[in-house]
Amino acid sequence: MIEIDDVSLRVRDTGILHGIAAQVPRDGITALIGPNGAGKSSLLHLCAGLTTPSAGRIVLDGEDVHRMAHRDRARRIAVLTQAQALTSRLTVKDLVSFGRWPHHQGRPRDEDRQIVEEALRLFDLLGLAPRQVETLSGGQKARAFTAMAWAQSTPWLFLDEPLAALDPRFARDLMAQLHVMSRPGPEARGVLIVVHDLNAAALWADHVLALKDGGVFAAGPAAEVMTPPRLSTLFDTGFGVVETKRGRLVYPE
Amino acid sequence: MTRWIWGGAALIALVAISLSIGAASLWTSDLGSGWLIAVSRFPRTAAAILAGGGLALAGVVVQQAVQNRFVEPGLSGTPEAAMLGLLVITLWAPGAALWIKMAVAALAAMAGTALFLKLAAHVPRSDPMLLPLVGLIYAGILGAVVVWIAWSVDLMQYLGVWQMGEFSGVVQGRYELLWGIAVLAALLYTLADRITILGLGADAARSLGLDYGQTVALGLAVVAAITALVVVTVGALPFVGLVVPNIISRLCGDNLRRNLPVVAVCGGGAVLAADIVGRLVRFPYEVPAATIFAIAGAAVFLWLLHAAPKAGNG
Amino acid sequence: MAERRLILLALVLVGASAAFLLWNLRGPTGFILGLRATKLAALLLVGCAVGMATVLFQTVAQNRLLTPGIVGFDALFVTLQTALVLGLGGLGVAQLPPLATFLAEVALLVVAAQVLFGLLLRRGAGDLIRMILTGVILGVMLRGLAGLMQRLLDPSEFAVVQQAMFASFGAVDRGLLAIAAALLGVAALAALRLAPRLDVAGLGRVRARTLGLDHDRVVNQSLMLVSVLVAVSTALVGPVTFLGLIAASLGHAMMQTYRHAVLLPAAGMTGALFLVAGQFLFERVLGMQSTLAVLIEFLGGLLFLALILKRKGRT
Repeated sequence: MIEIDDVSLRVRDTGILHGIAAQVPRDGITALIGPNGAGKSSLLHLCAGLTTPSAGRIVLDGEDVHRMAHRDRARRIAVLTQAQALTSRLTVKDLVSFGRWPHHQGRPRDEDRQIVEEALRLFDLLGLAPRQVETLSGGQKARAFTAMAWAQSTPWLFLDEPLAALDPRFARDLMAQLHVMSRPGPEARGVLIVVHDLNAAALWADHVLALKDGGVFAAGPAAEVMTPPRLSTLFDTGFGVVETKRGRLVYPE
Repeated sequence: MTRWIWGGAALIALVAISLSIGAASLWTSDLGSGWLIAVSRFPRTAAAILAGGGLALAGVVVQQAVQNRFVEPGLSGTPEAAMLGLLVITLWAPGAALWIKMAVAALAAMAGTALFLKLAAHVPRSDPMLLPLVGLIYAGILGAVVVWIAWSVDLMQYLGVWQMGEFSGVVQGRYELLWGIAVLAALLYTLADRITILGLGADAARSLGLDYGQTVALGLAVVAAITALVVVTVGALPFVGLVVPNIISRLCGDNLRRNLPVVAVCGGGAVLAADIVGRLVRFPYEVPAATIFAIAGAAVFLWLLHAAPKAGNG
Repeated sequence: MAERRLILLALVLVGASAAFLLWNLRGPTGFILGLRATKLAALLLVGCAVGMATVLFQTVAQNRLLTPGIVGFDALFVTLQTALVLGLGGLGVAQLPPLATFLAEVALLVVAAQVLFGLLLRRGAGDLIRMILTGVILGVMLRGLAGLMQRLLDPSEFAVVQQAMFASFGAVDRGLLAIAAALLGVAALAALRLAPRLDVAGLGRVRARTLGLDHDRVVNQSLMLVSVLVAVSTALVGPVTFLGLIAASLGHAMMQTYRHAVLLPAAGMTGALFLVAGQFLFERVLGMQSTLAVLIEFLGGLLFLALILKRKGRT
C-alpha cells in the first residue's frame, strides 16, 4: 500500500500539487485520471521517488520512498516515464536487459537472462530484439520501454500514459497483462497508471484516483468514481454512459 | 570479428611506424637504436596512444552524461578550465610540484565541466545541435578569460603550449604522468554499465536505482582528470573525444561494456596516426598532432553532422 | 515612439563621439585631433556595419541568436592573412599596395560568405542550427589550417599575423577608411531601401510568400549586403565575433519594433556607440590597450548564453 501523506509540490513559484492525501492499494490497478495539467504525472514521479515533494511524505509498504537507498527503491518500484527519447544506440535486447540491472549490478545470472527473454516474448519483441531502439516505430519503442520496466520485476509498477503510442491490440494486451499481475494473492503487484483514455480506466482499473487543479477530486473503487456526474465536474463537460457486456463506457457529450 | 583483427593489425603497424621514424635515423645514428627507442620513440608512441585513448573515453562519458552525441570535453570548456587552473597556480606558486599543478588543473577542469553540465540542463533537448554550439561559446568565454590573464601577466608562451597538443617534446621522464590515464581507463571500465545507464536519461537511471548525481560526478571527475593530464603533459587535442566515440557508436552501438576498450584503442590509434602525419608532412620539421587532428577531426565532425539525420537524434 | 528613441540614441552617439575626440585634448591639437578622428571613423564604421549586418542576417535567418561572426568569418580572415604572409613573406605583405590587398580581401570574404550562406539558404530554416554548427566547425578547421601555416613561419613574420588575430582599433589605414566608408554607405542605403520588404520577410518564408513577397530574392539581396558589410568591417580591423550580437540584441530591445527602417539604424548606432564608448573608457579613462576586443568576446559570449537560456524559459 502507498500512503500519500499531505504531499505538496512546488516548482519555482508555481504550486503543482497541494496537500494530496490518498492511498493506493497494493492489489489491483489504480488509474490516475484528471484533466491536462492536473498534476497526474507529477504525482506519479513523486511516488516513484524521482522527484522530492516540497512538503509531506510518501510511504510505500511502510517505508518512506524518499529515504530508501537508490538500489533498494529500484528493486521495489519500476517506472515507465513518458520521455522515451533515446540518444544511445542500444539494441532492444540491451535496453530490456538494463531492466535487470538493479538486481545484478553488471553481473547477470541465468535467472536475469530468462526474465529478459520472458519480457521480450510477452511484449512481442522477440523479432525486434537485435534491432537498434532508435530504428523502431513509436509503438514498438513504447513496448520496448514497457518491457524494460516489466523486466525489473518489482512489487510496484508505475506507468505514465503507457497506452499513448500503442495500437488497440497492444493496448488491450498490456492492460490485460497488468490486470493479471495485479490480482490479489502473494505474488500480487501494485500497478499505478496514468491514463487519458477514460474507457481503458473504466474497463480495467480497480481503483481510481482523480486529480483536479493539483488536489484530489475523488478517490475510490472505479465504479464509484467513474460516474457521469462526477466526470462532468472533473472535466468541465457533460458525460454520457453506455452499459455494454464488457462493462460501462463513458463518452463526453 | 575480422574487423577487430584488421583494427589490431593497423594499430601494430602504426606503432611500428611511430617507433621507426624521426629526425634521427634508427639504423644509422651513433646513439644506438635501443637507446633512441627507450628515451624518445617509445615514450612518444605511448604518450600519443594514452592521450588519444583517454580523450576518446572522456568523450564517451561526456556524451552519455548530457545525452548528446555532438559534445566532447573540448566542447564543454574542460581544457580551458584546466588551463585557467594551471595559470592561476603558476602565478600563485610558480615553484609548486608538478602533481600539485596537475591536481589544481584537474579541480579547475572539474569545476568548469560541472558548470557546463548545469548549463546543459537549461538547453532545450529538442535540437541536439544546440548544445555543442553552447559548449563552443562557453569554451570561448573561458578561453577569453584565459587569454586575457595570460596576456596581462605575459604568460602567452605557456598558453600556446597548453592550447596546442603535440608530442615532439615527449621524452623519457617527461610524460610518465600520462600512465595515470591507464589507471583511469580501468576505473572507467568498472563503471561501464553505469555510464550506459546515464545515457538513458536521469529519470530512467534513477528508476534503475542508480545514484544519478553521484555517478555523473564520478564520471566528471574522471573526464576532468584525463583532460588535465593531457593538457599538462602534451597540450589540448580537439575533436578526439567527439570523432572516435561517434564512429565506434555507428559501427557497434552504445553498450559500453562491450565498446569501451574499442573506443580507447581507436582513440589511441587515431592520435598516433595524427602524430605520424605531423612528423611526415614537412619532414624533418614537425607539425603538432593537434593541428592535424583539428583539420581532420573537423572534417569528420562535419560529415557526422550531415550524415546524422537518418539516425534520429544523431 | 521608436523614432524618438532613435533620435535619442543618435544624440548619445554624437555625445560619445565628441567626448572621444575632445577629452583631455593637449599639445599639437590639430595632429591629435586628426589621429583621433581616424580612429573614431573606424570605430563608427565597424560598429555600424556589424550591427546592421547582424540585423539583416537575423531577419533572413529567422533567428535572434545568430551573427555572421559566429558563422566563422573571423577564422576565415585569420587564415587569409596567414596564407598571405606565408605566400609572400612578412615583408612582402608590408610592401603590397594596401588598396589592392584590401579589395582582394573584401572580394574573397564576399565570395566565401555567399558560398556559406548559400548552403544555409538551400538547407532551409529547419536545419538552421546544423548550419550554424557547420559554420562554427568550419571556423575551427580554418583556425587549424592557420595554425598549420603559422608553424611554417619564422617568429618575426608570426608577429605580423598575430596582429591580425586580435581585433585592433588602433592601427587603421587612413586610405582604406575612405573606401570602406564608401562601400558601407552604399550597402547601408541599399539595406534601408530593402527595409519594408524585410519587415514582411520577418514573418517567415511561408507567410511572406502568401503575402506576395519574392522571399528568396529578398534573402539573396540581404545576404549579399551582409557579406559586403561583414567583409569590409573584418578587413578593416579584424575579427569581432560577438559585437553584432550585442548590437542587434540591444537594438531590438530598445526599439521594440519589427520595422527595419528603425531597427537597422538602431543596431548600427548601438554597435558604433558600444565601440566608441568602450574604446573611450578603456583607452582614455582606464589607460588600457587592446582589451576591448577580448571584453567584447567575453560579454557577447555571456549574452549569447543568456539568450539561449531565456529562450528555454519561454518554451
